[in-house]
Amino acid sequence: MDVKQFAKQIRRNTLRCIHSQGSGHVGGSLSIADLLAVLYSKHMRVDPANPKSESRDKLVLSKGHAGPALYAALSLKGFFPEEWLDTLNKLGTRLPSHVNINLTPGVDMTAGSLGQGLSCACGLALADRLKGVDGYVYVIIGDGELQEGQNWEGAMFAAHKKLDRLIVFVDSNKMQIDGLTENVLNIEDIQAKFAAFGFDTQRANGHDCEAIDRAIAQAKQTCGKPHCIVLDTVKGKGVSFYETMGPGVHSTTVTDEQYALALKELD
Amino acid sequence: MELRKEYVGELARLMRQNDKIVILDADLAGAGGTKPLYEEFPDRCIEVGIAEANMTCIAAGLAASGFVPFIHSFVPFVARRALDQIAVSVSYSQQNVRIVGYDPGVHTTSNGGTHMSFEDVATMRAFCNIAVLDIVDGIQLRKALPYIVQHQGPMYIRFVRKQTDVIFDENYVFRFGKADKLRDGKDITIIASGTMTFDALQAANKLEEAGISVDLLSIHTVKPLDEQAVTESARKTGRVLTVENHSIHGGLYGAVTELLSAQLPTLCDAVAVRDKLTQVGNLNDLKRDYGLTADDVFDRATRLLNRR
Repeated sequence: MDVKQFAKQIRRNTLRCIHSQGSGHVGGSLSIADLLAVLYSKHMRVDPANPKSESRDKLVLSKGHAGPALYAALSLKGFFPEEWLDTLNKLGTRLPSHVNINLTPGVDMTAGSLGQGLSCACGLALADRLKGVDGYVYVIIGDGELQEGQNWEGAMFAAHKKLDRLIVFVDSNKMQIDGLTENVLNIEDIQAKFAAFGFDTQRANGHDCEAIDRAIAQAKQTCGKPHCIVLDTVKGKGVSFYETMGPGVHSTTVTDEQYALALKELD
Repeated sequence: MELRKEYVGELARLMRQNDKIVILDADLAGAGGTKPLYEEFPDRCIEVGIAEANMTCIAAGLAASGFVPFIHSFVPFVARRALDQIAVSVSYSQQNVRIVGYDPGVHTTSNGGTHMSFEDVATMRAFCNIAVLDIVDGIQLRKALPYIVQHQGPMYIRFVRKQTDVIFDENYVFRFGKADKLRDGKDITIIASGTMTFDALQAANKLEEAGISVDLLSIHTVKPLDEQAVTESARKTGRVLTVENHSIHGGLYGAVTELLSAQLPTLCDAVAVRDKLTQVGNLNDLKRDYGLTADDVFDRATRLLNRR
């Protein structure tokens, strides 16, 4: 499937998943759809038939509330039946809104309490190094999430240990629950901050699949440092009324009517 | 021998046999005694600096890849500062992390106040899947380590780094989840955990001199509690005194009374810290001030026997 079509399909399935519950983390799920499309169509070395393969690449979705977007991508890759998308957050589901390593094939780390993913990813990357496995570990962190101090403990450690198979994406959609990130607690200049911590850094348009692909390919060329790619994104991207909703799009409804309208836009 | 020497010696032996064991320190490898391991196993010993939250999650990532990581620090920094990391990345995530807390309770002595913690057993016990060990002496620690490595699920282990009173000898067999019966008696049950076992033993000797027969259990595994041993003893004596280097809330006393109140209502009392702030001091002064001496065990046992 063409990567742009894949991204569109991820958005459709993300909304299907959240629609099954009536509401959920729409904004931050839609903002990472293009990144997930690039990762799962061009970069992630994974085998849906063997989701725990030792040599696989791993993804830590540190902004664990964007689970529906990851579930959309994983279902499209064949990790589990698409029907599972309709079970989001129902008691006993394999798909909780915040990702869980023990419940969902293809999920490589539990996340939801923000700020822990980068540290966990450091552990996964160290484990690969100890085993002599050449996999990449990808991490997706929200821009607001960077307000959690533990990220910077993880960043310091990753650089100190020269974890150059660790690639961090910051989903810079510039919003968080209480408002615009720059008003709540400004964390810019993100790229400069990671560079100061010893990362190889880039900044790209997070909705330009070719630009994301190029940035990842370039990161893989740089040895001896962990990588950070700041992606400028739009919260709710792909559906006009979500894109213009403001910070409320973080957690909002997907009613029958909204779902039908959104699917039309994503046709 | 100092417990840290027993610990590191046995851990080195196990690391030679098992390449999945990794250790992590947060700037206390020197204080904790793990430093020699860094020379023999440079790849599997990870110094993270003063960053316990990071250490906990790195360990979770290593465990998710099949390793058995041991994380170390003083009790409050490893079991309290990183509590949410333990909750989400270790407990909820079901990772085989070994959380090792040095110098529990009063054993912090001159580093007390900020470094002293009386609530670690309560918090760790409250997680549904974290096993909790309160180690009695160095021999028990050494004998427990092979099991600690192979246990499935997260585990919290608290022990004193330096020399403690020795209870057990080389014939000691560690049985996870089982109490060690130190005295067989019929008048009163005394259940002690960790280093308080020694004080309980001294008190039991004195009680026996006074003609009181003591059923004495030493508990290393506070969770899961040896329910059978506790109820059998309580049924026999009808009086249970718990003895612990911890707050009266939620530790050994909590575990024992939660069990007995539901299954076998029994007169109980505790030698434990009663809502008192942490502080500095030498070990004997601290134990006296918190009411954790052998004399306190004797007095409370006597009073419990006189209760109707």
